[in-house]
Amino acid sequence: MTDVKVPKITVSAPATAGPLRTSPTLLEVVELSLFYGATQALKNISLEIGEKVVTAFIGPSGCGKSTLLRCFNRMNDLIDNVRIEGQVLIADQDINSPEVDVIELRKRVGMVFQKSNPFPKSIYENVSYGLRLQGVSGRTELDGRIEESLKQAALWDEVKDRLHTSGLGLSGGQQQRLCIARAIAIKPEIILMDEPASALDPLATARIEELILELKKDYTIVIVTHNMQQAARISDFTAFFYLGQLIEFGATAKIFTHPAKKQTEDYVTGRFG
Amino acid sequence: MTHFEQELAALKDRLLTMASHAEEAVKDAVEALISRDYDLARRVRESDGVIDQFEIEVDELSIHLLAKAPLASNLRMIAVVMKISQNLERVGDEASKIANRARELSDEPPLKLTVEIPKMADMALQMLRGALDAFVNSDPVSARALIPRDKEVDALNKKIYRELAEYMISHPDTITRCLNLIIAAKSLERIADHATNVAEEVVYLCEAEDIRHTGKGTKVSQIT
Amino acid sequence: MTASPGAMHPAPPVPQPPGATGPSGRFRAARWDWVSTLGTGATGLATVLIIAILGVILGNIIVNGVQFVSWHFITTGTASDMFDVNKAGILPMIVGTSARVILMTIFVLPAGVLTAIYLTEYARTTSKFTRVIRGAVNNLAGVPSIVFGLFGAGFFVRFVGRGMDAALYPGKGVTVWGQPALLWASATLAVMTLPVVIVATEESLRAIPQGLREASLALGATKLETIRKIVLPQAVPGIMTGAILAISRAAGEVAPILFTGAAYFMADLPRSLHDQFMDLGYHVFILSTQSPNVDKTRPLLYATVFVLLALTFALNVVAVFIRANLRKKARQNH
Repeated sequence: MTDVKVPKITVSAPATAGPLRTSPTLLEVVELSLFYGATQALKNISLEIGEKVVTAFIGPSGCGKSTLLRCFNRMNDLIDNVRIEGQVLIADQDINSPEVDVIELRKRVGMVFQKSNPFPKSIYENVSYGLRLQGVSGRTELDGRIEESLKQAALWDEVKDRLHTSGLGLSGGQQQRLCIARAIAIKPEIILMDEPASALDPLATARIEELILELKKDYTIVIVTHNMQQAARISDFTAFFYLGQLIEFGATAKIFTHPAKKQTEDYVTGRFG
Repeated sequence: MTHFEQELAALKDRLLTMASHAEEAVKDAVEALISRDYDLARRVRESDGVIDQFEIEVDELSIHLLAKAPLASNLRMIAVVMKISQNLERVGDEASKIANRARELSDEPPLKLTVEIPKMADMALQMLRGALDAFVNSDPVSARALIPRDKEVDALNKKIYRELAEYMISHPDTITRCLNLIIAAKSLERIADHATNVAEEVVYLCEAEDIRHTGKGTKVSQIT
Repeated sequence: MTASPGAMHPAPPVPQPPGATGPSGRFRAARWDWVSTLGTGATGLATVLIIAILGVILGNIIVNGVQFVSWHFITTGTASDMFDVNKAGILPMIVGTSARVILMTIFVLPAGVLTAIYLTEYARTTSKFTRVIRGAVNNLAGVPSIVFGLFGAGFFVRFVGRGMDAALYPGKGVTVWGQPALLWASATLAVMTLPVVIVATEESLRAIPQGLREASLALGATKLETIRKIVLPQAVPGIMTGAILAISRAAGEVAPILFTGAAYFMADLPRSLHDQFMDLGYHVFILSTQSPNVDKTRPLLYATVFVLLALTFALNVVAVFIRANLRKKARQNH
């Protein structure tokens, strides 16, 4: 009889909807509401994002998941007429308070966008952009950091011989990995991803998903996705939003196998949305 | 290996651990029966709970992996793992039943008649081992070859039944002991059936062909 | 797991598009499309017409003018008789026109680009202030050029110029800046071409996808850094387009410089910014209206117009060349 070793399999403990205590909380949302003028886009959201796990936001179009994501690095500040009530706490500090420098915040909370947006510069210049903003200037140091980021983004082998060619000459999947490399070059604590693979073919999507599973060892990741199988594949916790409200939040295994709320069940099984 | 492939490999490992427990249980139960070992029989009964727990864990893990919408061979693997675990759990139950019979028989003096229960046990165990090996090695050929042997086990079971039935009639004081042996033989026959099921699942996994309920282990002809 | 008991269903019928097939299932023959042909004909005719008109005008000038354009013509000053085709020279006019155009470009580009950057990147689109600025820019574009001339005379020459005289030479009663000058003519032209540069710059700024700005900001750049490092470099070709348009318009304008700097006759070339200058466009007007002998002056007129067109063309070519170079560099990428 073959001697079979017994590996440990971790199936996340099924949690009830509500604050999770299975990993230390890095980001906490406390009764957050957001208004575009008179329209309320987010209604009293409260949840906690754990450290070094992948949290997915799912929900039908227009449910507010991207809006909430953009609250975490204050990208909503760019839009006129936005008003926020409630708090977003990172390491127990309210990021919307006047004493927080939004520039510093964005260096600690990075973002990858749905449509990949590399700068019309060389690959090297793209990845070094954030580093130069922080004052990193030595050639060897830049080279080292850029190589590290491109390796972490699983892009190094493909571009190491053409670092000084334009970033726009890469394929869609490569461009998105370049954007990820650019974001992680400055070593943020949290990476926000807004539907990072929705514009990519299945093979490129699979590579991005594999990359995210690797990255979560070092970074806390929050990902908005409309692809439920993707959320099931890569996330540890999932939040389901509908019409600006948080309907259910829990361990991914629970949300996708036996959600507590009927609305969640209806969405996950494709009955609406 | 991708993360998903790693999780799938871990699932397979879990199943194989469960299999080794089930095989061990059958071996011990038959040993207890033949050598009339009361303590061994009791231990087999107690460890059935472990096998049941394995089934729950394997199923839970399988559902968890199914939520990730795997396709093709990955999908078949998970479905097959769930079915094999069910068969293994039943094998564990049958081993428990044999252990129960062994306990009862050890309380009474041994029977004068010898029947070919050890041979039948051997055949059933070999079939189980063979089916699990076919699963580990992804070998549909040996899996198919396994399936006709079920008929031999069935035939042996019938033979033992007839011998014991005749003996019972002529020696009425041995009725309880003979009945226990008949039940034990029946359990062994069921274990061989479960091994056959596992072999059929292995064929589905490797060739995506469903040969259940054909009993032949050969290609299905067109049925209109 | 469904067992397959064998029978395969026959393939479902392929759906046919309605109307495309006739009774035999073939496609119907293409029909002659009158509307398309008419459209192609009309647009082609218009193009030919425009090219023909341009050809006639240019052709006339080139044919009649080029024979009188000699090296002597281009390089001599106006010491000798201005109206004699054999003795006249237009070097001062060439220098004057070039100088005022180049100076205008130096003034209008920073002002226009900064205004456009404010309007596109900083201004809140709904504020009243923004709407006022936009209205002003639009209206500025519609002001007749003679009005610019009067504005230049009143504001730059009298107000700013005299103020400078009072400040720089107090009490001396000297008129150095308070009179028509190269500086004021260029400034007036800059005001006139401001809307063109603003609009061209705004268009090129708007053409830059918002995603690039967001990506920069999300990496912790300030708005200014984003504009400096990402937005402006990409907008430069568009800004150059604005410059080209401004140059093209300004090179040929006479009305704005009438009261602000152009002179009927200057013995010397302009030596400083407060000097007046002679101008090709203005000289054409002079030749046409002030000449004692119209027939004798006509060849001179053609030649002057030819040089004016050539100069404008040359300035345009230089600007286009610079723009093309910048575009090429942007594509290659450092």
